[in-house]
Amino acid sequence: MHVLLNIYHSDACPTIKNVLLLDSGGRRVAVKYYTDEWPTNGAKLAFERSVFIKTQKTNARTEAEIVMFENNVVVYKFIQDLHFFVTGGDYENELALAAVLQGLSDAVTLLLRGNVDQREALENLNMMFLCLDEIIDAGMILETDGNMIAGKVATHNMDDGAPLSEQTISQALATAREHLTRSLLR
Amino acid sequence: MAQFVKKDDDRDEEAEYSPFLGIEKGAVLQDARVFNDPQLDSRRCSQVITKLLYLLNQGETFTKVEATEVFFAVTKLFQSKDIGLRRMVYLIIKELSPSSDEVIIVTSSLMKDMNSKTDVYRANAIRVLCRITDGTLLTQIERYLKQAIVDKNPVVASAALVSGIHLLQTNPEIVKRWSNEVQEAVQSRAALVQFHALALLHQIRQNDRLAVSKLVTSLTRGTVRSPLAQCLLIRYASQVIRESSMNNQSGDRPFYDYLEGCLRHKAEMVIFEAARAITELNGVTSRELTPAITVLQLFLSSSKPVLRFAAVRTLNKVAMTHPMAVTNCNIDMESLISDQNRSIATLAITSLLKTGNESGVDRLMKQITNFMSDIADEFKIVVVDAIRSLCLKFPLKYRSLMNFLSNILREEGGFEYKKAIVDSIVILIRDIPDAKESGLLHLCEFIEDCEFTYLSTQILHFLGVEGPKTSDPSKYIRYIYNRVILENATVRASAVSTLAKFGAMVDSLKPRIFILLRRCLYDNDDEVRDRATLYLNTLGGDGSVVETEKDVKDFLFGSLDIPLVNLETSLKNYEPTEEHFDISSVPKEVKSQPLAEKKSAGKKPTALGAPPAAPTSTVDAYEKLLSSIPEFSTFGQLFKSSAPVELTEAETEYAVNVVKHIFDKHVVFQYNCTNTIPEQLLENVVVVVDASEAEEFAEVATKPLKALPYDTPGQTFVAFEKPEGVPAVGRFSNVLKFIVKEVDPSTGEAEEDGVEDEYQLEDSEIVAADYMLKVGVSNFRNAWESLGPDFERIDEYGLGPRESLSEAVNAVVNLLGMQPCEGTEVVAANSRSHSCLLSGVYIGNVKVLVRLSFGVDSSKEVAMKLAVRSEDESVSDAIHEIVAN
Repeated sequence: MHVLLNIYHSDACPTIKNVLLLDSGGRRVAVKYYTDEWPTNGAKLAFERSVFIKTQKTNARTEAEIVMFENNVVVYKFIQDLHFFVTGGDYENELALAAVLQGLSDAVTLLLRGNVDQREALENLNMMFLCLDEIIDAGMILETDGNMIAGKVATHNMDDGAPLSEQTISQALATAREHLTRSLLR
Repeated sequence: MAQFVKKDDDRDEEAEYSPFLGIEKGAVLQDARVFNDPQLDSRRCSQVITKLLYLLNQGETFTKVEATEVFFAVTKLFQSKDIGLRRMVYLIIKELSPSSDEVIIVTSSLMKDMNSKTDVYRANAIRVLCRITDGTLLTQIERYLKQAIVDKNPVVASAALVSGIHLLQTNPEIVKRWSNEVQEAVQSRAALVQFHALALLHQIRQNDRLAVSKLVTSLTRGTVRSPLAQCLLIRYASQVIRESSMNNQSGDRPFYDYLEGCLRHKAEMVIFEAARAITELNGVTSRELTPAITVLQLFLSSSKPVLRFAAVRTLNKVAMTHPMAVTNCNIDMESLISDQNRSIATLAITSLLKTGNESGVDRLMKQITNFMSDIADEFKIVVVDAIRSLCLKFPLKYRSLMNFLSNILREEGGFEYKKAIVDSIVILIRDIPDAKESGLLHLCEFIEDCEFTYLSTQILHFLGVEGPKTSDPSKYIRYIYNRVILENATVRASAVSTLAKFGAMVDSLKPRIFILLRRCLYDNDDEVRDRATLYLNTLGGDGSVVETEKDVKDFLFGSLDIPLVNLETSLKNYEPTEEHFDISSVPKEVKSQPLAEKKSAGKKPTALGAPPAAPTSTVDAYEKLLSSIPEFSTFGQLFKSSAPVELTEAETEYAVNVVKHIFDKHVVFQYNCTNTIPEQLLENVVVVVDASEAEEFAEVATKPLKALPYDTPGQTFVAFEKPEGVPAVGRFSNVLKFIVKEVDPSTGEAEEDGVEDEYQLEDSEIVAADYMLKVGVSNFRNAWESLGPDFERIDEYGLGPRESLSEAVNAVVNLLGMQPCEGTEVVAANSRSHSCLLSGVYIGNVKVLVRLSFGVDSSKEVAMKLAVRSEDESVSDAIHEIVAN
């Protein structure tokens, strides 16, 4: 097993405990845990279940929402049928967690070119995994800027002949905005 | 919203499109064979790796053999030049976490990538290699890692630094050698590189205070580029402040200016971190607090829930220690009661309850009533607890708070929630005499329709204790007898006991109670019938058993002065023979619980648990303990027992603390000893006390402790005589003396011969406050008026320069050892004068009330006016003497 960062006191660096990407039924799309706090898959699923149920009725669409339970702070945001969660310890700076969440949702929006939903995410699951990998490294925050994250993930696919290579990042961002505006107007 | 609901409806249909539908591990493992193709199809390989990752991510596990096979196949993919595929290879290697003999196979490929010209390869190869590597390999790649730390590409530098943070846990000696490079990276122009470098540098140096202090000093003057790095620096600066505060009492706090400057940073993350750091400073003054509270207050009205939550959570914590500092935010807090986010609303309410003043209580309760119906039980319990503390703070407001509690008691709720409410009402009845009658009636109404047997029986017991003492006990009978008719057997039995208690305590009700009890003789439950029979016979219902009244009451309702644990063991050991079980053979001495058990039981005492009064129960326990010791049984009524005072440092061989028991003519020191050495048994443990600095005290008795085994606390006592009624003070030096015997840890048996030894303890003191009981009054003004000015003594004192007004108030309150009333111990931020009301009972059971008026001038000189009223002139003078000395 690799070493996990497990110092959670006030002098420590901001640390992320997990990042979850669930669908509107609470099922996993992509998840990543960075502590041993949930040692088994059963424990992980139970956590996902309770966090999903606790948050499902809230409206976390325009602004990120926050909830505290089991001595963890969870910030979350919903886009279409995708639910994004970032969990940190009790003492964590809530705004640092929110910055990670923002970076994640921005990057995913860019990578999926505005079509942020469960199906699109699953079809581009390789990008979702790479995206998580570029945001957090074993609990340490690597990058919080959505453009940078998406940029790093996308460059890897340039040679792959993936459709994204035909667009620059700023074009992708523009498309994403357009999609968002359209979905808001609907 | 409609579109999302629609999506849900279509879910089944949509799930058909999932690219992973019907995916099977076996099939995917078969697919992984494409990795071995001589002509690699990189697109296909990528897809297979994604499927493998998907399986792992869904919680699927690979057997050792499967994982090894996949790993070996994956290593072949390093031949491909496709960047996308390589990224997936890196990912899957990290997920498979190969064993060390497998790692060797990819090491050379990864090291090649580490030195590649492509930045993406370099950064990722470093992260993968550091994740899977062990110490030996690390020395080989150390040179490259040091280079990478100062690489001009920020992604590469960050990858190396973050890897360094992880490696520091396993190979600290290697990572520590990178200090110079890390130091250079701290100056990087790339925001996140600086953040990662700062985190690593601090961890490398965290045990070197001076180095951390230097680091903070230089960076707070320099430029810090990313908000995350700035947050780190704030945390490190607070750490330096914490560690330096001990030797720097006077003058300004170091780095406070830096923290305050961060409140004007452009990133909210930094502003918040700085504000929180300021609120958590040790002994923060209201002047230091004000700017932090101001920014947090602004956050309260932010449109972002995360920001509102962060601010209200921090302010809620501040409200516990500095309620006055938070009152400015009350208007903003009130608007948060209706916040969509229930966590925010609950935090706002509990803060308001902590900071609210007496006049605002009614309005606040109205707002909360609307709120209570739509939050979960866990939040409601928090609110109920806060309301209880509020009511104890403002006893005059008991009526509206009690009404609120009884209203929510009638609404739907789970057991824990209901129990919290009932506990609160019981505590209020106990502490606020005026609230008793209405509180009892609320409880009566509640048991008329209560689905929880536990709560019903507890309330019935409580009614039996308190009900007969009220002005009109008869009105409770109906409620109690209804239980006998309507409830299950457990509640019925409990109700019978309660009825009997009323019968025994209130003579006028006796005939009517007996009629009711006789009806219970036909109950279909054994226990109920048995109880009714017992009470009828013993209380003289039919006059057959005649004993003196007092004995009967003691027998039926008196507290059993035998520890239940001891009774239980004795009963278990009792074998049925001709001889009856003799309750007087049960030992009365309290056997101390093992340490571990005590810790687990260290939760807050529940109100209903031990009848009838939880807070006094320690006093009761002490009283029982002392009266069980013959030497002390003649000392009379115990006046006061102090809180334990530690006489040893933490984590020494023997832990000893002392509890001072004050009697009218005597003082008993109870030394609680714990032996923390498993290899030792202590015998004949005594404390030898030198009272040469306590002239008025004369030692009269010592009770040694026979044996003190490892980890089982025991007590030894020393008693002193002192002049009657005189509040004598003095200092006592203590030495622990004992015979120590070696214990064989494997068998637990002690050797026969022991050695005498002694152990120096810290001094103990008897101070004036030991003669004062903290007893609150519900209405200070009334109490003050009713005592009258006959024995009033007023004088003025100069207290000299003080750190703050609130520090001066605390000092005087602690010196007198009296109960602050009506929340007056809290000093408003920035105020220049303050009044504090205290009440207590002085030795000899003399009621004392004190009015303190404080004033502070610009040079922090504090002046105090002290007005005392009591039932005894000499006591009023004695209070002044305490302060004057």
